[in-house]
Amino acid sequence: MSEIFVVVDATGEFGVKKVTLEMLTLARQLGTPAAVVLGGPGAADALSSKLGEYGAAKVYAAEGEEIDSYLVAPKATVLADLVKRVRPGAVLLASSQEGKEIAARLAVKLHNGILTDVTDLAADGTATQAVFAGSTIVKSKVTRGLPLVTVRPNSLSPTPAPASPEVEQLAVTVSDTDKLARVVQRVAEQKGSRPELTEASVVVSGGRGVGNADNFKLVEELADLLGGAVGASRAAVDSGFYPHQFQVGQTGKTVSPQLYIALGISGAIQHRAGMQTSKTIVTVNKDAEAPIFELADFGVVGDLFKIVPQAVEEIRRRT
Amino acid sequence: MNIVVLVKQVPDSGAERSLRADDNTVDRGSTDNVINEMDEYAIEEALKVKESVGGEVTVLTMGPDRAAESIRKALSMGPDKAVHVVDDALHGSCAVATSKVLAAALGQLGADLIICGAESTDGRVQVIPHMIAERLGVAALTGARKLTLDGSTLTVERQTEEGYEVVTASTPAVVSVWDTINEPRYPSFKGIMAAKKKPVQTLSLADLGIAAAEVGFDGATSTVLEHAKRPLRSAGVKVTDEDDGGVKLVEFLASEKFV
Repeated sequence: MSEIFVVVDATGEFGVKKVTLEMLTLARQLGTPAAVVLGGPGAADALSSKLGEYGAAKVYAAEGEEIDSYLVAPKATVLADLVKRVRPGAVLLASSQEGKEIAARLAVKLHNGILTDVTDLAADGTATQAVFAGSTIVKSKVTRGLPLVTVRPNSLSPTPAPASPEVEQLAVTVSDTDKLARVVQRVAEQKGSRPELTEASVVVSGGRGVGNADNFKLVEELADLLGGAVGASRAAVDSGFYPHQFQVGQTGKTVSPQLYIALGISGAIQHRAGMQTSKTIVTVNKDAEAPIFELADFGVVGDLFKIVPQAVEEIRRRT
Repeated sequence: MNIVVLVKQVPDSGAERSLRADDNTVDRGSTDNVINEMDEYAIEEALKVKESVGGEVTVLTMGPDRAAESIRKALSMGPDKAVHVVDDALHGSCAVATSKVLAAALGQLGADLIICGAESTDGRVQVIPHMIAERLGVAALTGARKLTLDGSTLTVERQTEEGYEVVTASTPAVVSVWDTINEPRYPSFKGIMAAKKKPVQTLSLADLGIAAAEVGFDGATSTVLEHAKRPLRSAGVKVTDEDDGGVKLVEFLASEKFV
């Protein structure tokens, strides 16, 4: 069986991201999973045991300042060299900004097709994609080169399959052209203990109806009780209620959690584009005609400032 | 500074969009076509750079004849001129081929600074800026929420999942922007009138030295096999709050094992 490359998406704060475990799970159906770690010095050491737990039979480690101090170009160069040497059956990356960017450069370097936002990949290379805000399902295939796909988070449930990966250190040689975009500063912003928005199983979002920034505490309280992430509609972000990085929608994050709760969100197409593939959708809105009710599995028409505190109290009572 | 802004015409993201039944490409015939929203922020940023350091702003579009409407709209915001790459053989081009065409046009234009939207609302693929940079051998500073220019040094602030990063590069470079970077200006009446007289150069594949077989369906590196509308979500339960809405909501969550 050929190796299936899984390019590891990990962060200092969260370690191996869930989407990586999803990709390893998917890779096991296609061949032998081989994780590729592209990061700063020591990155692979910190991640290998988790990668092995989900079936990585091998870990390729490309580590060093040269990888970490520049935007994606060095990562793409190292990955392209590895692909040419090992000739894997497929290359999977996360459908994050960075994952798509590495894949973009790889596609040009190898003159290889690329498919993004893939939710499933069959053994014959047929990929499933959700396009136009999830309203259309597409089956597609790379017709030149190997299947190079970026996988959308929350596309499948990761399942463990313990393996003891052998770690192979790669020599990192990057050209001057790869070092044109230098990262001079990385600033971590306080996130608290909430899960990352695109990875969360539960997302609770607030919209214009939340009224002001202070009221978002109510959205946060419900999210925390359910172990979820907090999102916001564009209207709420544009009104300054909540920071932009939490925006869900056409111009923002696309989420596909098990449970999505929309509070005071009318459900404009801009917002639906980012959340309508969620498994279960619940909403509270005072406008009975709001389009969000067309999507909701369960909706309450009424005042969210009465309904949400009551729900919070009821959850506390039950747990 | 020679600034080029990439502008794409897309089907209105506020309307029902679909793929064509005959060749699986984006259906541009049955909806309004507009400038990709994020590109308006790119135009605004290009104009700001010109206003601060001088130079010229050129709009570059690859698209069918009808994309000319979006080019005029873009010019009405203030850019000086436009280049429209149009050729029947381009229909069905994949991202890899599209980047080849755009890079060839950018090479001819000799751009110092290339600004584009971070993604288009139709494909949302986000790959074009890095593909172009890879082909041109220049830096790509993507996902900017802030751009500053000091001589030939560009500094970009970009949102990340953990916070933000500050990234620098020298020109020439590609910068892609999100809608957090500025507030695009509305075209003035004067701008709309002036746009009608601004030069729009059209380039064919032959002008760019690219063979028809390298683009379109023939040169595509991926293909759509089939497509279907996602089944509509079946209507759920809608209750009106009678002082028990919160409890009912939790009862539903419990029935679905979320609580």
